[in-house]
Amino acid sequence: MKVTLKVWRQKSASDKGKIETYKLDNVEDHMSFLEMMDILNEQLILEGQIPVAFDHDCREGICGMCSMHINGEPHGPDRGVTTCQLHMRMFNDGDTIYIEPFRAKGFPVIKDLVVDRSAFDRIQHAGGFISVPTSGNTQDANATPIPKPDADKAFDAAACIGCGACVASCKNASAMLFVSAKVSQFSLLPQGKVEAKRRVLNMVEQMDKEGFGNCSNTGSCEVECPKGISLENIARMNREYLKASVSSSE
Amino acid sequence: MSKSGLLKSSIARKVAMALSAFFLMFFLLQHLTINMTSVFSAGVFNDLSHFMGTNFVVQYLLQPVLIVGVVFHFVMGFVLELKNYKSRDVRYVKYKGGASATWMSRNMILSGLVILAFMGLHFYDFWFPELKIKFIEGDWTGALTEGGEPIRYFDHLTDKFMQPVRVGIYCVSFVFLSLHLLHGFNSAFQSVGANNKYTKALQKFGVAYAILVPLGFIFIALFHHFNH
Ligand code: HEM
Ligand code: SF4
Ligand code: FES
Repeated sequence: MKVTLKVWRQKSASDKGKIETYKLDNVEDHMSFLEMMDILNEQLILEGQIPVAFDHDCREGICGMCSMHINGEPHGPDRGVTTCQLHMRMFNDGDTIYIEPFRAKGFPVIKDLVVDRSAFDRIQHAGGFISVPTSGNTQDANATPIPKPDADKAFDAAACIGCGACVASCKNASAMLFVSAKVSQFSLLPQGKVEAKRRVLNMVEQMDKEGFGNCSNTGSCEVECPKGISLENIARMNREYLKASVSSSE
Repeated sequence: MSKSGLLKSSIARKVAMALSAFFLMFFLLQHLTINMTSVFSAGVFNDLSHFMGTNFVVQYLLQPVLIVGVVFHFVMGFVLELKNYKSRDVRYVKYKGGASATWMSRNMILSGLVILAFMGLHFYDFWFPELKIKFIEGDWTGALTEGGEPIRYFDHLTDKFMQPVRVGIYCVSFVFLSLHLLHGFNSAFQSVGANNKYTKALQKFGVAYAILVPLGFIFIALFHHFNH
């Protein structure tokens, strides 16, 4: 199949950047989107041009590195997939495909389609951990009984790969789905209860500092999330935040 | 409160927005109930309006709370909209918002602005004349009595709904209120952290509220337009 690509090109963080048009006429419909990008880059290299910079690592939907806003949606038109899992069969012969970096004040562009998502790391550092002895006498996790529904919900929340699609799709560039998944994953389990109050307060504070927007419950994040993280997590985080705000002694 | 501070955090603002919205939604129901009596009985409507317009608790306690609630709600609405707009400093060339979120949820500021404009007209129609009669002319009787009954309120109401343009504006505004509430009702519950086994049922109730309440106001306007 033949496709016309409209790709965001930006030399550096300070460069203004613009859309460039490229044509590819040897795309197979069973290729992944990233394989299609590889073909584009091979073509650019042969033409003596600079290849398009884009993030990727595992190419099997688990690392969360691949980003890209494709035809107006993060990770493109398919549901429950990352860009590396998106197939060219989702497009038609002759299509024009817009490829842009994830856009948010908290995700500044580094080059072309590569954005800096370290804001997520800083939010995680602010409270996304538990304190357990790691001296070698660590108690086996199985020794702590956990109700099955809680374990399931914590597991579902832990499926978040920190890709940032929730931020990219949200009209407010809000990071609430990501942060709520990281908060829930711990707070649902007994091991996470110890720091629960401090965790939610600190992670939300860091989230706001990073310049992400306010959630207005459009639900766009849940639809675009490749891991099906539920809005229930945001409600849980709101509850915990309220409780912690009025009861925390710090 | 912790270092997050009152209204300094995004979640605190979100919750405050929801609380003001809950208050407005409760008020709207009360307003509709009283207005609806005008369809059945001019007398009851007049008596209730007279009570609401002259009762000390309503006038000097509830009304100021309402004013603060409304002003807080739309000012906060503007603040949030602006903050959120700035959270994406470089915009997408192509953005398909409709692929993942409803029109209502993405256009709360638009439906809100229509409601705000409507409230300007609404105050001009009903509140300012009321203030003039009560506070400038000093008439607290609900004058224009007929057999000892105050009838001014009902006359005033039917008088306004004679004009087709006004009725048209009223109807369109309530359609926008409906759109605002179709997202807002359930959004407010999510904001305060209520997302549980009752949510599905509540969502249905929210849709019913968001359609039936504005429809009630539209019905009243049309009723008086075609009956007087
Ligand atoms: C006066 C003009 C109004 C404006 C400018 C306005 C604006 C807004 C905006 C921008 C939001 C979204 C806030 C967010 O980011 O979450 C919102 C939410 C909401 N509004 Fe309004 N609004 C107005 C009047 C009303 C009225 C009269 C009602 C109800 C009777 C109402 C009910 C709601 C509800 C239920 C929400 C959802 C709250 C939440 O998400 O927690 N609004 N409004
Ligand atoms: S919540 Fe979903 S969309 Fe957001 S970072 Fe996690 S996996 Fe990605
Ligand atoms: S490259 Fe790892 S999720 Fe796509």
